[in-house]
Amino acid sequence: MKINSIKRRTLLGAGLAGASMLAMPAVLRAQDRSLKVGVYGGYFKDSFDKNIFPEFTKATGISVESVAEPTGEAWLVQLEQAARAGQAPADLSMMSQVAMLKGQATDLWTPIDMAKIKDASNLLDRFINKYPDGRVAGVGAVSWYITLVTNTNVYKEPPTSWEALWDPANADKLGLLALVSNSFLLEVTAKTFMGGTNALDTEEGILKAFEKLAEVKPNVRLWYRDEAQFEQALKSGEIPMGQYYHDVTGLAAADGHPVRSTFPKEGGIQDSGCWALSRASQKVEEAHVFIDYMCQPAIQATLSRKVGTAPTVKRESTDLTDKEFAAVSSDIEPIIPRYDLYQTKSDWLNQKWTELIVG
Amino acid sequence: MRREPAQTLGDYTPLLFPAAMLTIFFVVPFGTMIAVSFFQRQQGGFYTPAFVYDNYARFLSAFFGGVLGFSLMLAIAVAVCCVVLALPFTYLLTRMARSVQVLWLVALLSVLSLSEVIIGFAWSTLFSRTAGITNILVALGLMGEAQALTPSFGAVLTGMVYQAFPYTVLVLFPALVRLDPTLTEAARTLGASPLKAFFTVVVPALRNTIVATLIMVFIFALGSYLLPQLLGRPQHWTLSVLITDQAIYQSNMPFAAAMAVFLVLVTLGLVALTVIAGRKGEAA
Repeated sequence: MKINSIKRRTLLGAGLAGASMLAMPAVLRAQDRSLKVGVYGGYFKDSFDKNIFPEFTKATGISVESVAEPTGEAWLVQLEQAARAGQAPADLSMMSQVAMLKGQATDLWTPIDMAKIKDASNLLDRFINKYPDGRVAGVGAVSWYITLVTNTNVYKEPPTSWEALWDPANADKLGLLALVSNSFLLEVTAKTFMGGTNALDTEEGILKAFEKLAEVKPNVRLWYRDEAQFEQALKSGEIPMGQYYHDVTGLAAADGHPVRSTFPKEGGIQDSGCWALSRASQKVEEAHVFIDYMCQPAIQATLSRKVGTAPTVKRESTDLTDKEFAAVSSDIEPIIPRYDLYQTKSDWLNQKWTELIVG
Repeated sequence: MRREPAQTLGDYTPLLFPAAMLTIFFVVPFGTMIAVSFFQRQQGGFYTPAFVYDNYARFLSAFFGGVLGFSLMLAIAVAVCCVVLALPFTYLLTRMARSVQVLWLVALLSVLSLSEVIIGFAWSTLFSRTAGITNILVALGLMGEAQALTPSFGAVLTGMVYQAFPYTVLVLFPALVRLDPTLTEAARTLGASPLKAFFTVVVPALRNTIVATLIMVFIFALGSYLLPQLLGRPQHWTLSVLITDQAIYQSNMPFAAAMAVFLVLVTLGLVALTVIAGRKGEAA
């Protein structure tokens, strides 16, 4: 009997200890000036760690802990789940436009006070992401292009048009992004064959684009979710053509890999990332300081030179030379993704898309 | 030693810990998943608590039926391949010297320490045109030109068998070690060849172990979502890949949960069928 009672008491004690351990993270919260910033992992994060964050800390005294975030909407889901539990795996994150809109739907983003952003006037309007009621959900961090990339050993001449994806000569040679909401291939199809992305206004138009896109299937060797998978295959020539990020391809080419990025005559796909603040974050003040710092034309120019992204501020405000600007952008009018579709029709598009590539 | 039946409530206390662990780490998450599978999906957003059947209704289509069928077929193929390879291997291993056995088991255990990502990338390199094994065949003059063996069904199957093989051996090993060697000796004395002795004595004696191993590898393989993506074409993607797509990339938790619940139910059903069939076979 005695043994039993001791057991019960030990059990009670263990339970209490366990409960208090679970409560601890909420009690301890560091008060020093720091900020957790999520940026896409790989080349991108490495360049930020090397060229941007140390300078920011020097200028403001706020230390930055960079968090590698996955692309696509994986990070949005993690932020959303964490915010429901009152946690913020990163205070500020670089978020794509589709993710920004989805986050808006649940009020995930703390509104940004533009009065605190001194260089706001330099920002291009289309890079300021707003809630329907006008509150600012995110401020343009960088913009980037998805272009037609090729392995220079396999393709001596660069392709000139997105039509190359449909060319029967490229059977089993392409690597394309696996999701409808990050490959933007519907827009590419519409711009290349249907006279523009307005063709996607109606469901019939979208179905027509799907039909045309189905012709690409025999050419595709890899539908990738993970960039590393395609990047490796592109460098080795295993999969010598595909769609990929202009900036990363440029960095790889600068490292001596036999790859090139081409702006097709229909334009590259322009996407952009916003700095967005999770509603679970306590670092509202620091986040504004960071966004303000990142909007300076000088910093945007540094990003273009070191990371290879296109600026989100007016070009005239930066000191980029014509050559430097051409390396990160193009005068050809870009294909702007139809972000609205991925919010209003996301499930339908996803179902049709999955049936297209899996079926 | 005689086992005393439990007398008082206190005698059950040792059970509290595993029961609590099972509740916290299995029952609660699984219950949450079932609950979420009935929630209302908010397109372009997240989800709101509700009780709707939409998520299950969406799953009941020829398309998802096909994917489910392929996933089950793949898992069965992996289980059969693993057992067919591992049974003779483990049988021979148990007949070897102690030191050799230890060496093999350590090697197999080290395969277990590899992550699925590493296994996937390693096999995709081995099966590639530019750096793969076909280059060796070309160098030996057995093949005219190096070619890519991935993405293909064979590549997916190879990767998954490679990953599940060590588990299979580790599950079969204890049963085969305990197998009475006099059984085969008797068969041999009565004139059976080693091969015949293996199939007529060893295999039937291990029937239950083999069925249990098949079920374990089947369930293990059913959850695989990375290797089909790395080594296969979209038509080789398993239901787990589509569940991941919905959960991670489409933020459609209710639909992902509904698919996962369905997968669990089908799996449990198949396992139950196998066990019932096994019992009937035994009784006959």
